[in-house]
Amino acid sequence: MTADVNVPTEEQLPSLPRDEDGPVFDEPWQAQAFAMTVWLHEQGHFTWPEWADHLGAEIAAAVGAGDPDLGDTYYLHWLKALETLVAEKGLTTADALAERKEAWDRAAHATPHGQPIVLPTDA
Amino acid sequence: MAAQHDHDEHPEHSHLSDTDLRVRALESLLTDKGLVDTKALTAIVDTYENKVGPRNGARVVARAWVDPVYKEWLLRDGTAAIDSLGYASTQGADMVVLENTDLVHNMTVCTLCSCYPWPVLGLPPAWYKSFPYRSRAVKDPRGVLKEFGQDIPEDVEVRVWDSTSEVRYLVLPERPVGSDGMDEEALADLVTRNSMIGTDRLKGGRG
Repeated sequence: MTADVNVPTEEQLPSLPRDEDGPVFDEPWQAQAFAMTVWLHEQGHFTWPEWADHLGAEIAAAVGAGDPDLGDTYYLHWLKALETLVAEKGLTTADALAERKEAWDRAAHATPHGQPIVLPTDA
Repeated sequence: MAAQHDHDEHPEHSHLSDTDLRVRALESLLTDKGLVDTKALTAIVDTYENKVGPRNGARVVARAWVDPVYKEWLLRDGTAAIDSLGYASTQGADMVVLENTDLVHNMTVCTLCSCYPWPVLGLPPAWYKSFPYRSRAVKDPRGVLKEFGQDIPEDVEVRVWDSTSEVRYLVLPERPVGSDGMDEEALADLVTRNSMIGTDRLKGGRG
């Protein structure tokens, strides 16, 4: 417990990240990861308490591993929790995810700048 | 995290970050299996980026300020009263509304992850999701409130409510003094997002 009796200084502010009504998602992948979770839940693939357990566990593990967890890594924890949960539920496997990730990486490298990256159909 | 690629050496090729690759892998695999569909995902993102947000909660608060019957219902059965204004609860969580008074200031947090009343407040701000807020809100609520510029008088009890995946909280802030005669829409404009989380008190309130 701290006894904060002084008016807050600028130096104190980073300890409690602040923002106004800024963008909801910083990057498109965050929106996609969020939407997939909401959709899979709506379709009954997992319950919300199950989701919250997984997300909470990822956050706790990250904090335990030294992540200052200032809110900017939140969707990274979210994504990790989603990857774990979909594998647990048998919707896909960790191996399939790793393989598909490699395929996307190859596709990106084979795509000239400025053109949409498309996964080859034999991926 | 994966090693950083030195993509500047290959300017002719595209590059996706490790995280972007993971999300694309997940989405394309689930799409192939018919488990997700791009249109549905786009609709969800559009809803959360454009359609739900703190204005929904502000309308709930303003209605409670002008309509005592609605307020009584809201405090008794938050889920149904909020649903009646068209802000349906998501994820099956119950909404509980906490009334601030001269003697009680309520503040909400989710210490475990970041449960938050999406239908009425949209998605949570970065600080709400941060470890400092999640840990300090419980241990030192008055200190946290002070950082938000709120000096809560000693005789006002500060109550901290820890959200769960089954219960989400919305704070009903005190109606600002001097707002008599304002209509519901004007009143809604006075309500800040943080006042509904409990890290703000509206101007004109006590203290």
